[in-house]
Amino acid sequence: MKIGILVNEGPYNHQASDTALNFCKAALAKGHTIWRVFFYYDGVLNAAPRAEPPTDDRNLFKQWGELAEKHGVDLVVCVAAGLRRGIREGDTAPGFRISGLGQLIEAGIQCDRLVTFGD
Amino acid sequence: MLHTVNKSPFEKNALESCLSHAVEGASILLIEDGVYAALGGTSTAARMAEAAKRFKVFVLGPDLAARGMDAGRLVEGVGIVDYEGFVDLVAEHPTSQAWL
Amino acid sequence: MDEMESGVVKKFMFVNRKAPYGTIYALEVLEMVLISAAFDQDVHLAFVDDGVFQLKKGQDTKALGQKNFSPTYRALDGYDIEKLYVEAESMAERGLTPADLLVPVEVLSRAEMGALMNEMDVVLTA
Repeated sequence: MKIGILVNEGPYNHQASDTALNFCKAALAKGHTIWRVFFYYDGVLNAAPRAEPPTDDRNLFKQWGELAEKHGVDLVVCVAAGLRRGIREGDTAPGFRISGLGQLIEAGIQCDRLVTFGD
Repeated sequence: MLHTVNKSPFEKNALESCLSHAVEGASILLIEDGVYAALGGTSTAARMAEAAKRFKVFVLGPDLAARGMDAGRLVEGVGIVDYEGFVDLVAEHPTSQAWL
Repeated sequence: MDEMESGVVKKFMFVNRKAPYGTIYALEVLEMVLISAAFDQDVHLAFVDDGVFQLKKGQDTKALGQKNFSPTYRALDGYDIEKLYVEAESMAERGLTPADLLVPVEVLSRAEMGALMNEMDVVLTA
Protein backbone atom coordinates (compact mmCIF):
# COMPACT_ATOMS: atom_id res chain seq x y z
CA MET A 1 0.00 0.00 0.00
CA LYS A 2 1.18 3.53 -0.81
CA ILE A 3 1.16 5.63 2.36
CA GLY A 4 1.74 9.36 2.61
CA ILE A 5 2.69 11.05 5.87
CA LEU A 6 2.18 14.61 7.08
CA VAL A 7 4.33 15.81 9.98
CA ASN A 8 2.99 19.01 11.58
CA GLU A 9 5.44 19.53 14.43
CA GLY A 10 9.16 19.91 14.87
CA PRO A 11 11.34 17.39 16.69
CA TYR A 12 11.63 17.05 20.47
CA ASN A 13 9.07 19.66 21.53
CA HIS A 14 6.28 17.24 20.62
CA GLN A 15 6.21 13.48 20.20
CA ALA A 16 4.78 13.79 16.68
CA SER A 17 8.10 13.33 14.88
CA ASP A 18 8.97 10.25 16.98
CA THR A 19 5.58 8.65 16.40
CA ALA A 20 5.73 9.37 12.67
CA LEU A 21 9.19 7.80 12.45
CA ASN A 22 8.14 4.69 14.35
CA PHE A 23 5.05 4.41 12.16
CA CYS A 24 7.14 4.72 8.97
CA LYS A 25 9.64 2.09 10.13
CA ALA A 26 6.84 -0.35 10.99
CA ALA A 27 5.06 0.28 7.68
CA LEU A 28 8.27 -0.29 5.70
CA ALA A 29 8.98 -3.48 7.67
CA LYS A 30 5.53 -4.74 6.72
CA GLY A 31 6.22 -4.16 3.03
CA HIS A 32 4.23 -0.96 2.56
CA THR A 33 5.63 1.99 0.64
CA ILE A 34 6.09 5.32 2.37
CA TRP A 35 5.51 7.33 -0.78
CA ARG A 36 6.27 10.71 0.72
CA VAL A 37 6.68 12.41 4.08
CA PHE A 38 5.64 16.04 3.93
CA PHE A 39 6.82 18.44 6.62
CA TYR A 40 4.60 21.45 7.27
CA TYR A 41 4.06 24.05 10.02
CA ASP A 42 6.89 23.68 12.58
CA GLY A 43 7.38 20.21 11.08
CA VAL A 44 9.87 21.84 8.71
CA LEU A 45 12.26 22.05 11.67
CA ASN A 46 12.82 18.30 11.37
CA ALA A 47 15.08 19.31 8.48
CA ALA A 48 17.13 21.79 10.52
CA PRO A 49 20.78 21.71 9.46
CA ARG A 50 23.60 21.65 12.00
CA ALA A 51 21.42 20.37 14.85
CA GLU A 52 23.39 18.44 17.45
CA PRO A 53 21.15 16.63 19.93
CA PRO A 54 22.94 15.30 23.03
CA THR A 55 24.67 12.01 22.23
CA ASP A 56 22.64 10.12 24.85
CA ASP A 57 19.39 11.16 23.13
CA ARG A 58 17.94 9.97 19.83
CA ASN A 59 18.92 11.93 16.73
CA LEU A 60 15.66 12.47 14.87
CA PHE A 61 17.31 14.43 12.03
CA LYS A 62 19.63 11.51 11.36
CA GLN A 63 16.83 8.94 11.63
CA TRP A 64 14.74 10.76 9.03
CA GLY A 65 17.80 11.03 6.79
CA GLU A 66 18.41 7.29 7.10
CA LEU A 67 14.84 6.62 6.05
CA ALA A 68 15.51 8.55 2.86
CA GLU A 69 18.91 6.96 2.29
CA LYS A 70 18.05 3.32 3.02
CA HIS A 71 14.45 3.16 1.84
CA GLY A 72 14.30 5.95 -0.72
CA VAL A 73 11.59 7.75 1.22
CA ASP A 74 10.84 11.16 -0.29
CA LEU A 75 11.20 13.73 2.50
CA VAL A 76 9.66 17.01 1.38
CA VAL A 77 9.84 20.25 3.35
CA CYS A 78 7.30 22.95 2.51
CA VAL A 79 9.16 25.87 0.95
CA ALA A 80 6.91 28.61 2.35
CA ALA A 81 6.74 27.16 5.89
CA GLY A 82 10.50 26.54 5.69
CA LEU A 83 11.43 30.07 4.65
CA ARG A 84 9.27 31.40 7.46
CA ARG A 85 11.40 29.38 9.90
CA GLY A 86 14.86 29.64 8.35
CA ILE A 87 14.92 26.31 6.51
CA ARG A 88 15.87 26.75 2.87
CA GLU A 89 17.06 24.95 -0.26
CA GLY A 90 20.65 23.79 0.06
CA ASP A 91 20.71 24.26 3.80
CA THR A 92 18.84 21.32 5.31
CA ALA A 93 19.78 18.16 7.15
CA PRO A 94 20.76 15.38 4.67
CA GLY A 95 17.94 13.50 2.94
CA PHE A 96 15.39 16.31 2.80
CA ARG A 97 14.34 18.33 -0.22
CA ILE A 98 12.41 21.59 -0.44
CA SER A 99 9.28 21.91 -2.53
CA GLY A 100 5.80 23.41 -2.59
CA LEU A 101 2.60 22.60 -0.76
CA GLY A 102 1.33 21.03 -3.96
CA GLN A 103 3.49 18.03 -3.06
CA LEU A 104 1.24 17.41 -0.06
CA ILE A 105 -1.96 17.63 -2.09
CA GLU A 106 -0.35 15.35 -4.66
CA ALA A 107 0.41 12.83 -1.90
CA GLY A 108 -3.24 12.98 -0.87
CA ILE A 109 -4.27 12.23 -4.44
CA GLN A 110 -1.66 9.58 -5.26
CA CYS A 111 -1.45 7.66 -1.96
CA ASP A 112 -3.86 5.02 -0.73
CA ARG A 113 -3.64 6.54 2.73
CA LEU A 114 -2.53 9.85 4.23
CA VAL A 115 -1.69 9.85 7.93
CA THR A 116 -1.14 13.04 9.95
CA PHE A 117 1.10 13.39 12.99
CA GLY A 118 0.93 16.65 14.90
CA ASP A 119 -0.05 18.32 18.11
CA MET B 1 -12.60 5.81 9.32
CA LEU B 2 -9.64 5.50 11.66
CA HIS B 3 -9.47 8.33 14.17
CA THR B 4 -6.27 9.02 16.05
CA VAL B 5 -6.32 11.05 19.27
CA ASN B 6 -3.08 12.19 20.88
CA LYS B 7 -4.32 14.45 23.69
CA SER B 8 -5.01 13.75 27.33
CA PRO B 9 -8.76 14.13 27.96
CA PHE B 10 -7.87 15.98 31.15
CA GLU B 11 -6.29 18.80 29.14
CA LYS B 12 -7.97 19.09 25.73
CA ASN B 13 -11.31 18.28 24.11
CA ALA B 14 -9.81 16.34 21.17
CA LEU B 15 -11.15 12.99 22.41
CA GLU B 16 -14.60 14.37 23.20
CA SER B 17 -14.76 16.03 19.79
CA CYS B 18 -13.65 12.81 18.12
CA LEU B 19 -16.24 10.73 19.99
CA SER B 20 -19.04 13.12 19.14
CA HIS B 21 -18.19 13.12 15.41
CA ALA B 22 -17.24 9.49 14.83
CA VAL B 23 -19.90 7.35 13.19
CA GLU B 24 -20.82 3.75 13.99
CA GLY B 25 -18.18 1.31 12.86
CA ALA B 26 -15.31 3.75 13.27
CA SER B 27 -12.07 2.78 14.96
CA ILE B 28 -10.30 5.05 17.42
CA LEU B 29 -6.62 4.74 18.23
CA LEU B 30 -5.31 6.58 21.27
CA ILE B 31 -1.65 7.55 20.93
CA GLU B 32 0.88 9.68 22.80
CA ASP B 33 -0.89 11.55 25.66
CA GLY B 34 -4.18 10.22 24.28
CA VAL B 35 -3.56 6.90 26.03
CA TYR B 36 -4.53 8.43 29.39
CA ALA B 37 -8.12 8.41 28.16
CA ALA B 38 -8.16 4.60 28.22
CA LEU B 39 -7.43 4.21 31.92
CA GLY B 40 -9.97 2.91 34.39
CA GLY B 41 -10.60 4.55 37.75
CA THR B 42 -10.56 8.02 36.22
CA SER B 43 -13.20 10.70 35.74
CA THR B 44 -13.30 9.82 32.04
CA ALA B 45 -13.47 6.03 32.41
CA ALA B 46 -17.26 5.78 32.11
CA ARG B 47 -17.22 7.86 28.93
CA MET B 48 -14.54 5.60 27.46
CA ALA B 49 -16.34 2.41 28.50
CA GLU B 50 -19.44 3.65 26.71
CA ALA B 51 -17.35 4.63 23.66
CA ALA B 52 -15.75 1.19 23.56
CA LYS B 53 -19.20 -0.31 23.01
CA ARG B 54 -19.92 1.90 20.00
CA PHE B 55 -16.45 1.99 18.44
CA LYS B 56 -13.40 -0.21 18.21
CA VAL B 57 -10.98 1.51 20.60
CA PHE B 58 -7.27 0.81 20.78
CA VAL B 59 -4.28 2.27 22.59
CA LEU B 60 -0.74 2.32 21.29
CA GLY B 61 1.09 -0.05 23.68
CA PRO B 62 4.51 1.63 23.51
CA ASP B 63 2.93 4.94 24.56
CA LEU B 64 1.15 3.23 27.45
CA ALA B 65 4.36 1.53 28.63
CA ALA B 66 6.38 4.75 28.33
CA ARG B 67 3.94 6.40 30.73
CA GLY B 68 4.20 3.67 33.34
CA MET B 69 0.73 2.25 32.72
CA ASP B 70 0.05 -1.44 32.22
CA ALA B 71 -2.74 -3.21 30.38
CA GLY B 72 -4.46 -4.11 33.65
CA ARG B 73 -5.49 -0.49 34.14
CA LEU B 74 -7.34 -0.19 30.84
CA VAL B 75 -11.08 0.28 30.59
CA GLU B 76 -12.76 -2.94 29.48
CA GLY B 77 -13.16 -3.23 25.73
CA VAL B 78 -10.03 -1.26 24.83
CA GLY B 79 -7.45 -3.18 22.81
CA ILE B 80 -3.69 -2.70 22.64
CA VAL B 81 -1.69 -2.46 19.42
CA ASP B 82 1.97 -1.88 18.69
CA TYR B 83 3.31 0.20 15.75
CA GLU B 84 2.71 -2.74 13.40
CA GLY B 85 -0.88 -2.83 14.62
CA PHE B 86 -1.14 0.92 14.01
CA VAL B 87 -0.04 0.33 10.41
CA ASP B 88 -2.62 -2.46 10.05
CA LEU B 89 -5.37 -0.16 11.33
CA VAL B 90 -4.38 2.47 8.77
CA ALA B 91 -4.42 -0.14 6.03
CA GLU B 92 -7.83 -1.48 7.11
CA HIS B 93 -9.56 1.91 6.99
CA PRO B 94 -9.79 3.95 3.78
CA THR B 95 -9.29 7.26 5.61
CA SER B 96 -7.41 8.39 8.70
CA GLN B 97 -8.34 11.50 10.65
CA ALA B 98 -6.09 12.98 13.33
CA TRP B 99 -7.68 14.87 16.22
CA LEU B 100 -4.87 17.19 17.28
CA MET C 1 2.00 19.40 -13.72
CA ASP C 2 1.36 15.67 -13.98
CA GLU C 3 -0.76 15.55 -10.85
CA MET C 4 -3.20 18.02 -12.34
CA GLU C 5 -3.69 15.75 -15.31
CA SER C 6 -4.17 12.53 -13.38
CA GLY C 7 -7.94 12.82 -13.56
CA VAL C 8 -8.36 11.53 -10.01
CA VAL C 9 -10.83 13.57 -8.00
CA LYS C 10 -10.85 12.86 -4.30
CA LYS C 11 -12.92 14.35 -1.52
CA PHE C 12 -10.54 16.43 0.59
CA MET C 13 -11.52 17.97 3.89
CA PHE C 14 -9.52 20.55 5.78
CA VAL C 15 -10.68 20.44 9.39
CA ASN C 16 -10.16 23.65 11.37
CA ARG C 17 -10.41 23.15 15.12
CA LYS C 18 -8.14 25.92 16.37
CA ALA C 19 -8.60 29.64 16.89
CA PRO C 20 -6.53 32.12 14.85
CA TYR C 21 -3.44 34.13 15.98
CA GLY C 22 -2.69 32.22 19.21
CA THR C 23 -1.12 29.58 16.96
CA ILE C 24 -0.25 29.61 13.26
CA TYR C 25 -2.40 26.64 12.27
CA ALA C 26 -5.38 28.61 10.94
CA LEU C 27 -3.17 30.71 8.63
CA GLU C 28 -1.11 27.82 7.30
CA VAL C 29 -4.20 25.65 6.77
CA LEU C 30 -5.56 28.49 4.65
CA GLU C 31 -2.36 28.51 2.58
CA MET C 32 -2.80 24.75 2.09
CA VAL C 33 -6.41 25.24 1.02
CA LEU C 34 -5.44 27.86 -1.58
CA ILE C 35 -2.86 25.51 -3.12
CA SER C 36 -5.36 22.66 -3.21
CA ALA C 37 -7.53 24.75 -5.53
CA ALA C 38 -5.01 24.17 -8.34
CA PHE C 39 -5.56 20.41 -8.24
CA ASP C 40 -9.24 20.24 -9.20
CA GLN C 41 -10.18 18.17 -6.19
CA ASP C 42 -13.49 18.17 -4.30
CA VAL C 43 -12.42 20.45 -1.45
CA HIS C 44 -14.37 20.87 1.80
CA LEU C 45 -13.56 23.17 4.72
CA ALA C 46 -14.93 22.30 8.13
CA PHE C 47 -14.96 24.68 11.08
CA VAL C 48 -15.54 22.92 14.40
CA ASP C 49 -14.64 23.54 18.03
CA ASP C 50 -12.43 26.68 18.32
CA GLY C 51 -12.07 26.66 14.52
CA VAL C 52 -15.34 28.62 14.31
CA PHE C 53 -13.49 31.62 15.77
CA GLN C 54 -11.48 31.84 12.55
CA LEU C 55 -14.58 33.18 10.79
CA LYS C 56 -15.52 35.87 13.33
CA LYS C 57 -16.26 39.24 11.73
CA GLY C 58 -14.28 42.35 12.62
CA GLN C 59 -10.85 40.87 13.31
CA ASP C 60 -8.33 43.66 13.89
CA THR C 61 -4.75 42.52 14.38
CA LYS C 62 -2.97 45.85 13.98
CA ALA C 63 -1.72 46.03 17.56
CA LEU C 64 -0.45 42.44 17.38
CA GLY C 65 1.81 43.07 14.42
CA GLN C 66 0.29 39.98 12.80
CA LYS C 67 -1.43 39.99 9.43
CA ASN C 68 -5.22 39.81 9.51
CA PHE C 69 -5.80 36.96 7.10
CA SER C 70 -9.53 36.67 7.69
CA PRO C 71 -10.47 38.47 4.43
CA THR C 72 -8.98 35.51 2.59
CA TYR C 73 -11.94 33.35 3.63
CA ARG C 74 -14.13 35.69 1.59
CA ALA C 75 -11.85 35.28 -1.42
CA LEU C 76 -12.10 31.49 -1.47
CA ASP C 77 -15.03 31.39 -3.86
CA GLY C 78 -12.75 33.06 -6.41
CA TYR C 79 -10.71 29.85 -6.23
CA ASP C 80 -13.86 27.74 -6.66
CA ILE C 81 -13.66 26.70 -3.02
CA GLU C 82 -17.25 27.07 -1.97
CA LYS C 83 -17.90 24.20 0.42
CA LEU C 84 -17.50 25.82 3.83
CA TYR C 85 -19.24 24.06 6.71
CA VAL C 86 -19.59 25.42 10.22
CA GLU C 87 -20.85 23.35 13.09
CA ALA C 88 -23.95 24.66 14.87
CA GLU C 89 -23.09 23.22 18.30
CA SER C 90 -19.54 24.61 18.18
CA MET C 91 -20.93 28.08 17.43
CA ALA C 92 -23.62 27.87 20.12
CA GLU C 93 -21.12 26.71 22.76
CA ARG C 94 -19.05 29.78 21.97
CA GLY C 95 -21.91 32.26 21.88
CA LEU C 96 -21.73 32.78 18.11
CA THR C 97 -24.49 32.88 15.52
CA PRO C 98 -24.16 32.87 11.73
CA ALA C 99 -24.57 36.68 11.87
CA ASP C 100 -21.15 36.85 13.60
CA LEU C 101 -19.40 35.21 10.65
CA LEU C 102 -17.60 37.07 7.88
CA VAL C 103 -18.52 34.73 5.05
CA PRO C 104 -21.63 32.80 4.02
CA VAL C 105 -21.37 29.20 5.18
CA GLU C 106 -23.49 26.11 5.46
CA VAL C 107 -24.35 25.35 9.07
CA LEU C 108 -24.38 21.67 9.95
CA SER C 109 -25.29 19.89 13.15
CA ARG C 110 -22.53 17.91 14.84
CA ALA C 111 -24.11 14.68 13.64
CA GLU C 112 -24.24 15.99 10.07
CA MET C 113 -20.63 17.13 10.31
CA GLY C 114 -19.58 13.68 11.53
CA ALA C 115 -21.43 12.06 8.65
CA LEU C 116 -19.79 14.42 6.15
CA MET C 117 -16.32 13.72 7.58
CA ASN C 118 -17.03 10.03 7.16
CA GLU C 119 -17.56 10.51 3.40
CA MET C 120 -14.10 12.01 2.83
CA ASP C 121 -11.14 10.35 1.11
CA VAL C 122 -8.50 12.59 2.64
CA VAL C 123 -8.84 14.51 5.91
CA LEU C 124 -6.19 17.07 6.80
CA THR C 125 -6.10 18.57 10.28
CA ALA C 126 -3.82 20.83 12.21
